[in-house]
Amino acid sequence: MRAVISVVGKDRPGILAYVATNCANRNINIVDVTQKVLQDLFTMIMIVEMPEDLDSFHRMQEEIEALGEPQGLKIHVMHDDIFNAMHTV
Amino acid sequence: MRRRRSENILETIKMIDEECLDIRTVTMGISLLDCADTDIDRACQKIYDKLTSRAKDLVRVTADISREYGIPIINSRISVTPIALLQSVSGGDCVKYAKVLDKAGKDLGVNFIGGYSALVQKGMTEGDRQLIESIPQALAETDIVCSSVNIGSTKAGINMDAVKEMGRIVRECAERTKDRNCFGAAKLVVFCNAVEDNPFMAGAFHGVSEPDCVINVGVSGPGVVRQAVMDAGKDASMNEIAEVIKRTAFKVTRMGQLVGIEASRRLNVPFGIVDLSLAPTPAVGDSVARILEEIGLECCGGPGTTACLAMLNDAVKKGGVMASSSVGGLSGAFIPVSEDAGMIEAAEKGILTLEKLEAMTAVCSVGLDMIIIPGDTSAETISAIIADEAAIGMINQKTTACRLIPAIGREAGDTLEFGGLLGYGPIMPVKQGNADVMVKRGGRIPSPINSLKN
Repeated sequence: MRAVISVVGKDRPGILAYVATNCANRNINIVDVTQKVLQDLFTMIMIVEMPEDLDSFHRMQEEIEALGEPQGLKIHVMHDDIFNAMHTV
Repeated sequence: MRRRRSENILETIKMIDEECLDIRTVTMGISLLDCADTDIDRACQKIYDKLTSRAKDLVRVTADISREYGIPIINSRISVTPIALLQSVSGGDCVKYAKVLDKAGKDLGVNFIGGYSALVQKGMTEGDRQLIESIPQALAETDIVCSSVNIGSTKAGINMDAVKEMGRIVRECAERTKDRNCFGAAKLVVFCNAVEDNPFMAGAFHGVSEPDCVINVGVSGPGVVRQAVMDAGKDASMNEIAEVIKRTAFKVTRMGQLVGIEASRRLNVPFGIVDLSLAPTPAVGDSVARILEEIGLECCGGPGTTACLAMLNDAVKKGGVMASSSVGGLSGAFIPVSEDAGMIEAAEKGILTLEKLEAMTAVCSVGLDMIIIPGDTSAETISAIIADEAAIGMINQKTTACRLIPAIGREAGDTLEFGGLLGYGPIMPVKQGNADVMVKRGGRIPSPINSLKN
């Protein structure tokens, strides 16, 4: 299923690589990435393909979200449909 | 286009992380009409079996959806057919029904189960009478069962015999649970124009015109609306503020619609409605009062409050209607005092009073909700307050309700603490001047002329 990984935190070198490597290790394909740095705040949105199987999805979601804390980043993994529903008519 | 999308994604995440956006409840409505039996024990067994089979996946599925979509879903709940209908068939000790609902609900892991209810707007059957009489005991001896009684409607008028009874019942509910902050009364709602597909507690029940089983969703989001109003700035005109609220309500409701459809698909149960209510919680930033203050009031309850609330309530509906295939329930702004940090503060200051709240209920979605009154308030006075509130609903063709909690043994100025979503609140003074003669008259207030539409 298509999911959105959002990463927010204090900017420093290597955040994109850190998240992308962890995606690659889990065979999660990155479809699109946008990132920007405003003042010191790093924001990145990744559109990714995740497993359809719910158990695998839940496991990977948990693992990826847990990557944030030790690095001082806030990472969310959410099903893509929520954004389509809320922001398009 | 791509930039726009990133902004939308970040906006959604901010709404959830910082502005308390959530799905307040996914409520499964389950008909118990096929569980009616002349033997009450057999009926209870059928109820237990039906609930635990129909709703066995409810809690798991809502938790799954919540995780996948990253949307907090606060509660999973069940509403059932008004139990008075089953009591009419079986007779016997009605509290047994409450106990089986409580047990089934706990075994399923839901946090409330509503429908210990009777609809008596035009008159009472023996079953209705027995159920109403049993409410104080039922609510004292169960934990998660909620009860409601509809005592009036625009079509039927107000059943003043039932109003008289309910004043006494509300007091008894509080008295029987006085060692637990009178919690019993917080689980009882007295309605006028009750709706059959309301997913919110304590007033949810599964109406007789509903299908066998249905999923209804209640969204929330006062914090999001307040932030949007704040972002609009102090110079925006009222119609611009209304537009901002509409747009926000649209987004919030779309989220509810998505969750409802997904839950219905996974549970293989038809999707009923989205109730697009702004339901506050005691959490900081999740307050309807704060929206009104953000619009431009120094304190909720002061002059201007009713106008702001009317605009807010209307804009929420207008924004939500287009976002969902089926809007229902109560849909508007809730103003429960003890569940809203801003309302609590305004009541503590003495600016928000019972009388102002009554005026506010004429323009918002429900009624006098979670209001703690002095313990020495008489049953007749409570009945009179219920009658006033029902009259507003009857004439304005809208739902109104009373959830009043007499704080037994305490006076105005003290506080009562319920904890959790029900919050805490100051005990609000009730105006003196008894209405005993009026209440004791009983009978019915005939339906108003504006009900004659055919």
